[in-house]
Amino acid sequence: MATQLPPGIRLETVDDRIMTLNVGPQHPGSGHMRLIIKVDGDYIVSCDPDPGYVHRGEEKMAEYRNYIQNIPHLERPVIHDSSNILYPYCLAVEELLGIEVPERAKYIRVIAAELNRCIYILYWLAIYGIFLGHSTMFMWPAGDRELFIDLLEAMSGARVTHAYLVPGGVRNDLPANFEERCLRQVDYLEKRLKEYLAVFYKNPILISRTEGTGILSRTDAIRLGTTGSVLRASGVNFDIRKKEPYDVYENLDFETVVMKEGDSYARSYVPYLEMFESCRIIRDAIRKMPKSGSVRTKLKPNPKGGNDEVYKRVESGRGALGYYIVSNNRPEPYRVKISVGSFRNLICMPYLLKGELLGNMPAVYWSLNYWPVEADR
Amino acid sequence: MSTIAPQFRLSRFVASLFDIIFWVILIFSLVGLPIVFIILFYIKLPVINNQLMTPYLAMTWMADPSETLPIIKNLIHTTFFHVLAFPGFGFAALLAAATIFVERKFLAKIQLRVGPLYCGKVEGILQLMGDGLKLISKEIIIPAKADKPIFWVGPLLFVGTAGAFVSLIPVARGWVVANPAVGLLAVFATIGFFPIISVLTAWAANNKWTFIGGLRALHQMIAFEIPLILSLLSIVIMTGTLNLSQIAESQQHYWWIVFAPISAIVFFICILAELERIPFDLPEAESEIVAGWLTEFSGMMYGLIQLGTYLKLYAFAGLFTVLFLGGWNGPMVWPPFPADIVTQGITIGPITAKIAGLPLFDQDMLNGTLWFVIKTVGVILLILLPRGVFPRIRIDMLLHTGWYKLIGLAFINIFIALGLLYAGVLGPGGLIQ
Repeated sequence: MATQLPPGIRLETVDDRIMTLNVGPQHPGSGHMRLIIKVDGDYIVSCDPDPGYVHRGEEKMAEYRNYIQNIPHLERPVIHDSSNILYPYCLAVEELLGIEVPERAKYIRVIAAELNRCIYILYWLAIYGIFLGHSTMFMWPAGDRELFIDLLEAMSGARVTHAYLVPGGVRNDLPANFEERCLRQVDYLEKRLKEYLAVFYKNPILISRTEGTGILSRTDAIRLGTTGSVLRASGVNFDIRKKEPYDVYENLDFETVVMKEGDSYARSYVPYLEMFESCRIIRDAIRKMPKSGSVRTKLKPNPKGGNDEVYKRVESGRGALGYYIVSNNRPEPYRVKISVGSFRNLICMPYLLKGELLGNMPAVYWSLNYWPVEADR
Repeated sequence: MSTIAPQFRLSRFVASLFDIIFWVILIFSLVGLPIVFIILFYIKLPVINNQLMTPYLAMTWMADPSETLPIIKNLIHTTFFHVLAFPGFGFAALLAAATIFVERKFLAKIQLRVGPLYCGKVEGILQLMGDGLKLISKEIIIPAKADKPIFWVGPLLFVGTAGAFVSLIPVARGWVVANPAVGLLAVFATIGFFPIISVLTAWAANNKWTFIGGLRALHQMIAFEIPLILSLLSIVIMTGTLNLSQIAESQQHYWWIVFAPISAIVFFICILAELERIPFDLPEAESEIVAGWLTEFSGMMYGLIQLGTYLKLYAFAGLFTVLFLGGWNGPMVWPPFPADIVTQGITIGPITAKIAGLPLFDQDMLNGTLWFVIKTVGVILLILLPRGVFPRIRIDMLLHTGWYKLIGLAFINIFIALGLLYAGVLGPGGLIQ
């Protein structure tokens, strides 16, 4: 009995020239998503990303919890970048509720956010390494990441899901002797990053695999709406920390990393250079931070937002991350919309993979700085 | 409350034991003993000390310590022992197992890890045994639409071919399972089977990933077989023989790597490609094609493939040693067996026992094995090293390397070898003998 296929879909036959490959969701090189790739020999004819396998309804969940209860679950999409995904939420809620943040808390937030950015990029780099078959580059960043996780554990008490940034400041003050410890580990990371350069970024096989693959031109990058390191690797000088400084970023000394090539190598090299900038920001923030003072403005028990709407965005590890919050005089937000960098970067994948070799798929895919769980929210 | 065996009765248990013993004795005497006698009828029994070693005599001699060693000495020179234990499968499997353990620890040291640690108390030395037990006890899953006979026989063929390759490697002077006059051609013929097995099993598994992986394996192995053969041609030109034992014998004074360094490099790169090791592990590239042509193998079928892979690794490292690093040749570091024990016997207090059959192995063989193992382990470590340093290469770059760069390089060394030969430096009557 022949089953009726939906229109537009037909079964493959043996002598078809074009073969469909379902990369994912159960594939070591896909993440929590599916790429429907059609190949002609070894060349990719078309690529259709199919995200949504880890959709958790974070936005809908946020409508049933009040502004404080929303904190822990909103960081779940990117638990290894949890400070940065909470940052715009805190900024938005503060504006909505009219809270003033203490000066010291602003600096601590920046330190937490930059530490978390390093953790995120190291994690991303580890997976980029193993995607290209470089097992040492998987183990080294995954090990060095532990140092910064330890720092954030000392700050917040949790290893990955920190919930450290709260509307009104940070949850608690820095522990004793945190500054020296933080500076020591930042120095160590910078030393290790130079070793990464020798073993990974200057590796001739890596360069020949990633240079010139998946080129995203400057105009295409802008037109497709990419963000973060993908945009900066294509030569666009866009960093929200510089363009729309939030908290104390305007007082801090750092530069935006921009590369002009727009290929996989540039997209993988920009986050690496950004870790140096993060280290710079952490050093500068520790130097300029007020040595004592309050770190949190106390909120009312069940704060109500006004009849208002607010949009705040920050630069996360994957690019611009914005929260659009609408409130209607209730303790719960009326609507929370999260705009994430991952999903915006995913859009350019079909354009980049078309005509590439199948072997370039991991190199291009992971260079887009895409985190499937965040994209699905 | 529940008991483990509620219906347990000791009398029934004892009765069942007797039952089993009865049936074992019955079946052995009715079936086993005739089979033993039929086998003994066909086996040519060896003559030791002018006496035919019948099974009965062998049993009495085993009880007599002075007659045990001749039997063992006789045993280790049989083909059976050669194939199964020393220069053949057992020795290679032991080295292969050691290789797996060393690879994991070595890679862990590169990557700032500890590697296997808990299994076996001392640095995870029993990890491999644990992994093997796990693989044996796992279920073997066959895909529903697979070509089952070919799929089943694939791993066995792979191990068999790797074993055939191992049997061609001479370990010490005269210690080789198979010593054909055209040993090098036999090596090429044997390694030519591997791509066929890959493609067959890949096709039989009826899976897109195995299919792509199998085709990649085929492309890769064929692209690298030609530079492999060409790189060894310079050795053949310089030695004038294809026999591996004679090639090893010809390097008593200098190794061929001195005259053929480019060939050695080309051969080493080809080894990496033939073994599907990083940077040439495209047929198993996990981030692109899951596990390549091994995707559908599970349980001990996968274990057999791994065993075959590491046997192949040992064989290639041994081949490199034999062809370029002088094989078993090396300074005599093994101490000679004390001669007075052989002639006068051992004196323990008032008793002087003269033991026949000593020494069990001659000094030359032990020394040769020692040097062969040292050199082979060095080559194996060199083969393992790229895994910690390099990412995976891409298929077009791989084919370009194989068909274009390596063939050119191999030709350069062939011309160097011919030049040395015609200039009268090497070869019969040459300057260097």
